[in-house]
Amino acid sequence: MSTAVETAPAAPAGPPPTTRGARLPLRRLLLAVAAPLAAAVVALLISSLVLLASGSDPVEVYRTMLDSGTETRSLLITVNNAVPLYLAGVAVAVGFRAALFNIGVEGQYQLAALLAAAVGAAVELPAALHIGLVLLVAVSVGAAWAGVAGALKVTRGVSEVISTIMLNVIAAGIAAYLLAEHLQARVEGSNNSATPPLPDSAHFPTLDPLLSALGVEVPRGTHLGGFVIVAVVVGIAYWVFISRSRFGFELRATGLNPAAAVATGVDVKRTVFTTMLISGALAGLVGMSQLLGTAFSYGLGFTAGLGLTGIGVALLGRNSPVGIALAALLFAFLERSSSSLQFIDVPRQIYVIMQGSIVLSVVVAYEAVRRIGVAQAERAVRTATDRGAA
Amino acid sequence: MSTQVAPQVPAGSGAGGRRALPGGRQGLLLGALGLLLLLSLVRVISGADDITSSGTVGAALRLAVPIGLAGLGGLWAERSGVVNIGLEGMLILGTWFGAYAGYSYGPWVGIAAGVLAGALGGLLHALATVTFGVDHVVSGVAINLLGAGIAQYLSTVAYGDGAIPGAGPTQSAIVDPVPLVSLPVLSSGPDLLGRLERTHLPVLGDLAGVLRGLTADVSVLTLLAVLLVPISFAVLWHTAFGLRLRSVGENPVAAESLGVPVYRLKYIAVVISGALAGLGGAALVTGSIYREGQTAGRGFIGLAAVIFGNWRPGGLAAGAALFGYADALQLRAGSAVRALLLLVALLLVVVAVRQALRRRIPLAVAGLVLGLAFLLWYLAVDTVPSQLVGFTPHLVTLLVLAVASQRLRPPAADGQPYRRGQQT
Repeated sequence: MSTAVETAPAAPAGPPPTTRGARLPLRRLLLAVAAPLAAAVVALLISSLVLLASGSDPVEVYRTMLDSGTETRSLLITVNNAVPLYLAGVAVAVGFRAALFNIGVEGQYQLAALLAAAVGAAVELPAALHIGLVLLVAVSVGAAWAGVAGALKVTRGVSEVISTIMLNVIAAGIAAYLLAEHLQARVEGSNNSATPPLPDSAHFPTLDPLLSALGVEVPRGTHLGGFVIVAVVVGIAYWVFISRSRFGFELRATGLNPAAAVATGVDVKRTVFTTMLISGALAGLVGMSQLLGTAFSYGLGFTAGLGLTGIGVALLGRNSPVGIALAALLFAFLERSSSSLQFIDVPRQIYVIMQGSIVLSVVVAYEAVRRIGVAQAERAVRTATDRGAA
Repeated sequence: MSTQVAPQVPAGSGAGGRRALPGGRQGLLLGALGLLLLLSLVRVISGADDITSSGTVGAALRLAVPIGLAGLGGLWAERSGVVNIGLEGMLILGTWFGAYAGYSYGPWVGIAAGVLAGALGGLLHALATVTFGVDHVVSGVAINLLGAGIAQYLSTVAYGDGAIPGAGPTQSAIVDPVPLVSLPVLSSGPDLLGRLERTHLPVLGDLAGVLRGLTADVSVLTLLAVLLVPISFAVLWHTAFGLRLRSVGENPVAAESLGVPVYRLKYIAVVISGALAGLGGAALVTGSIYREGQTAGRGFIGLAAVIFGNWRPGGLAAGAALFGYADALQLRAGSAVRALLLLVALLLVVVAVRQALRRRIPLAVAGLVLGLAFLLWYLAVDTVPSQLVGFTPHLVTLLVLAVASQRLRPPAADGQPYRRGQQT
């Protein structure tokens, strides 16, 4: 990183780039494409090796996944499942842009979903207000829980990596306690532990009518969740906020170089704390598509682990709103399509290995490509300055 | 950033670490004695005999082993400047391979397999962070994903068909235990400590309970794990190899300029780190089974123990013991947990008095108020919900970090990517 910063100011010193320099953008483009491609190849290789070692035919596995995963029904489920992953990815990415590692998305969304479910079930309101209230509770709880880590960081210098890991366990404990002792619905003859169901006014509308209007026939027993819209709005807001707003600039400056940020008048502590709040608020939304769209209550079976997968999604998507969307869709696709593998007697858990190896090879590939890019830039600068001297 | 410490890296790191501990060996002994007195007092007041019973202490020791081994793994890696969040994944690899090989070929082969699997995870982490310069936390997170995925997948492949009795897609068959040993005369046979413990005398009975818990029916693997703490200390702080390894974690540029092979030492440290975590995983399954989700974040707790212990083996072991004790108390005697509230209250008062003596009045007042709150809680309830007890160690870690994070001293170049030939 330091080398890139050092060489950057030297570039304008040379003469304007000639034919040699003009090839550079193309090369850079090739490099940018090379990273994800190389990563995909390596990830496929790792998964294939694991499959071969356990006596399965990789080609058959991939074909089965592709065939079943591209049916309309599977695609709808993939999109629905990608929504929480996307929100978790954006929550993590906001932190990443400020060089903050919010591993606590997991605890933030669990606690937020539980309390939002409890509040939502306890009140009666018109539909739009009801949904709004549930979302508000979720966002506030997520932000507050992340705020603990943020406050510890700016006031006591506690690394957010460790504090959020601890807070995840504490959140799980508090959630389990609250659910079992206070918020659980008592249903005769049932030992299913869950909050009371949300009334109809808190059910998020689906996009099925829209699909029908577009001429897409929605298969029975499935739907397209309306929360996709929320995810899109969050994505656009994230982009505008990060790259077009003053606070977004301060956030990025803090992430890139806190010392320089202070020198330009950024209140780094305030920025760090606010960033944690925003990250937590977004994390609060992670469980909402499930709560308002399909489950309508928070129980022991509420999806767990989205926060940790979200870190992988953010890394894969390189913190860009579109990249995270593609990553979330890929992860959801792998998970969904792998369920067809039981028909050919292959454990579907191969998808977790695929996700893990994709993330690992992607980060390695991008780092390698970045180094090649830096080396090329240095070479270009050297030739340019040599020519200038001659 | 770290240039000013460059000329006296090793000396600075050693002395700085020691100064952060109150009072050295004598202080440690006094602290242990004070803790014993407090525990005894709490036991007598609350009547919860389990808080110093040999059964609880023995269980605490067993439960502390995987945490401590993961922590030692974290210590080795971080002393070389590599943050290892991937410990959890390496622990999982250790449990799966330890259980599979342990069931098939006996516990010792299982332990070796667990160590090897963990070491391979460490090698992967070293490859990503040292050779490719990937962010350490990022690589660690990916390895955690991968480790969990591999274990889940292999379980279904190996046990999914139900051919092995007792094993299924999410768990293995039982692995034979390794031999248990006891201290002759004192903890077995005449069992003098046991007799003394059963008298329930104040202080003496507690001391006997603690000592018996540490010396009766201890697994050979536990002994090995406990020995690894002084061994790690000796290697890292009293050999030329250890000095070089730590210098890499303090200032790799200076180390490289003195001819220390930075990359090689980082590789060695991270592979050892993975091997120790793998051993921790094997310790979880030996005499038991592999279960999905069994590690339950112990890798992260190990990491917390490293920080808790200020990147020193002794402090780390104390942290692991604390986590193990909280687990054991919760597992063995839920009712004794209420006594824990009283202990926490008393400890907080002690801390408050110490802070007051140092004229840190705000901290002293905060400690006193918190202590009173715990005392009221103790008086107000009959039992503490188990869900809340589960995270006591994590809460303690947070509190310790909040109070002492300025006095903690991680290796200076911890977590920073290093490229051969870079300048500061």
